[in-house]
Amino acid sequence: MDLNYSPADDAFRADIRAWLDANLPQALRAKVLDHKRLNRDDYASWHKLLGTRGWSVVAWPKEYGGPGWDATQRHIWDEECARIGAPGVLPFGVSMVAPVLMKYGSDAQKAHYLPRILDGTDWWCQGYSEPGSGSDLASLRTRAERQDDHYVVNGQKTWTTLGQFADMMFCLVRTDTGAKKQEGISFLLIDMKTPGITVRPIITLDEDHEVNEVFLEDVKVPLENLVGEENRGWTYAKYLLGHERTGIARVGQSKRELVFLKRLAANQKKGSVSLLADAVFSSKIAALEIEMMALEVTVQRVVASEANGRGPGPEASMLKIKGTEVQQALTELMVEAVGPQAAAFDPAYLEGEREHSLAGDDDAAPLAAYYFNFRKTSIYGGSNEIQKNIIAQMILGL
Amino acid sequence: MDFNFTDEQQQFRDALRRYLDNEYTFDARQKIVASKEGVDAKHWTAFTELGLTALPAPEAQGGFDGGPADMLVVMQELGRALVVEPYWATAVGIEALRLVGDDHANALLERAASGEIKLAVAFHEPHARYDLFSVGTTAQEKGDGFVLSGQKSLVLHGAQADYWIVPARLAGEIALFVVARGAANVEVTEYRTIDGQRAATLTFKATPADRLGKANTGAATLERIADYATFLLCAEAVGVLDALNHATVEYTKERKQFGTPIARFQALQHRMVEMLIHAEQARSITYLAAARYTSEDADERRRAISAAKARVGQAARFVGQQAVQLHGGMGVTNEVAAAHWFKRLSIIETTLGDVDHHLARFASLPGFADTDV
Repeated sequence: MDLNYSPADDAFRADIRAWLDANLPQALRAKVLDHKRLNRDDYASWHKLLGTRGWSVVAWPKEYGGPGWDATQRHIWDEECARIGAPGVLPFGVSMVAPVLMKYGSDAQKAHYLPRILDGTDWWCQGYSEPGSGSDLASLRTRAERQDDHYVVNGQKTWTTLGQFADMMFCLVRTDTGAKKQEGISFLLIDMKTPGITVRPIITLDEDHEVNEVFLEDVKVPLENLVGEENRGWTYAKYLLGHERTGIARVGQSKRELVFLKRLAANQKKGSVSLLADAVFSSKIAALEIEMMALEVTVQRVVASEANGRGPGPEASMLKIKGTEVQQALTELMVEAVGPQAAAFDPAYLEGEREHSLAGDDDAAPLAAYYFNFRKTSIYGGSNEIQKNIIAQMILGL
Repeated sequence: MDFNFTDEQQQFRDALRRYLDNEYTFDARQKIVASKEGVDAKHWTAFTELGLTALPAPEAQGGFDGGPADMLVVMQELGRALVVEPYWATAVGIEALRLVGDDHANALLERAASGEIKLAVAFHEPHARYDLFSVGTTAQEKGDGFVLSGQKSLVLHGAQADYWIVPARLAGEIALFVVARGAANVEVTEYRTIDGQRAATLTFKATPADRLGKANTGAATLERIADYATFLLCAEAVGVLDALNHATVEYTKERKQFGTPIARFQALQHRMVEMLIHAEQARSITYLAAARYTSEDADERRRAISAAKARVGQAARFVGQQAVQLHGGMGVTNEVAAAHWFKRLSIIETTLGDVDHHLARFASLPGFADTDV
């Protein structure tokens, strides 16, 4: 047993760190570190810059333009990006639709879409959830009917993250209403500029516009935009969900946020000492830090088995549960740390329209919204309860 | 990074597990617990033959120079089988002597490695709780040696040990002493602990003792010995957690109510998933403790050991209580192994620092307040 990285991995980390130091724009980095809201250009410009080196698609095989890194190197990349405060690369194109296209797409689909995902030409969104179909995704009702050389799609998708910026949507639709619910689903690629598509914002409890409803009314989709075979979409959808990586635990981000939390607590008073030196509060931070130390090793265990050729199976569900619990606990303690100062809400500051927050504490200003925003993490990507079902079946054999 | 155990470690584990599965069944264990001696010499002989006592000792003293990862393998198996033989106490004593490393210690080490003698470290005094340095026992020079006066309680397997390693104050400073079981002026009161182990109260009244180690090293060495002992308990607990989770899953698959195995109920499934996650997190942090115990930086060692004991303690409480809950009425009987794993976990938690103690120690270390990335 050896918990240390190899000298080659350490050298790789040093190279990555130096490149990020030199290339991540300061203003963008500051936005991330200050918990401000990122806009379309923030994501797009960073994606484009990474794309010039193939680093927007670190998990892709070399033949499609990926850097050919192994699981450990990808893990180091994720850690270093999180540590410095780089925006994440959005998963919808890079790590959701792309693996499906690589495995099941036609040559023409691969040739057209993959390079555009790599360099950021197309912004993708996910058309999975519907108002009546969340955890029970296979019950989805959006219909696609074949007419001549195209499908006609009617229905509604929801929780479409950043769909307001999307050029393309990968979409699960029902193509056979008579079959068993999993067997009548197809996987379509839909151009968001097609007539009949309406995107409406859903404003979340932190008053942010991150997710949307997408209405589809007689939307014509060319037959060549079907991925794989008709009525086999559920297989592809499951493949996509199974493609979750160990990065799901986001330990790197959590480590960065822990340091922020400590800095926050060190600047607050509790009696004659700082909040960080207070027995009760420091004990809470210590418990959370220890949970993260354990989670980091748990992630490394999964990464090591992945590097030995064993894919991350149901263990990824464990990482999702623990990772999101840690993330949520961090945001909770941040709000606790600043106490009454958390109440002041200043969207103009969060959007970068004002340099300093009106209530005067720039560190504290985003935290309540951040806390409310993070409630989503235990719900999205398969709620934590669904993850527990998966573990119960796949690991415990119940 | 490599989380695999070596071929040698796996062979060691397999041999030990085979022995325990055949010779140390739950029924056999219960008979030993109920016996007057509370331990069984035949198993001690077998452990010695398997190389368990030689494992942690240095090669120069006839040992195998085994490190924390090797001991992790052993302790997990002992936890799984609920072993009540005096192995932990002796292994901790061996580490104490190894850290001291002088001629006297080395002579004892050789005998401990071969299994000829057993050892126990007297960490605890009445009302000191988890404060290792709350030592009221005193030492005074007398002739060529020293005499000790004071009381040590809950010395695990103290009555089975041939030599005790005893912290005492010498001119105000903590120093380590070794006392022979047959020394004059010592009173030994032995009792059972509720988890089936044995412990003793040692009362010294000007008891002859030999000094271990150099001046001004007693407190630092004592703390390091306690960290080693704590790490071994964490490793044992991981073995218990695995066994208890396995037993609970199997029980719920067999137990039927409302015409179906209770394992079909989602409330119970999710509980067992939470138990599994606790066990995996406990395993991960114990691996980290194994890697950091030998660190040159004492604070790095303290940090990892306290992290492990705190996290294992949380897992122990949750998994232990829920395993009993999911075993239903059977869980609160003394008949099922689950109850005994639960008791062992609970007592591990109150040994050498509980969750709160180790969270506070973790938060008191210099690195905790670092706010640089």
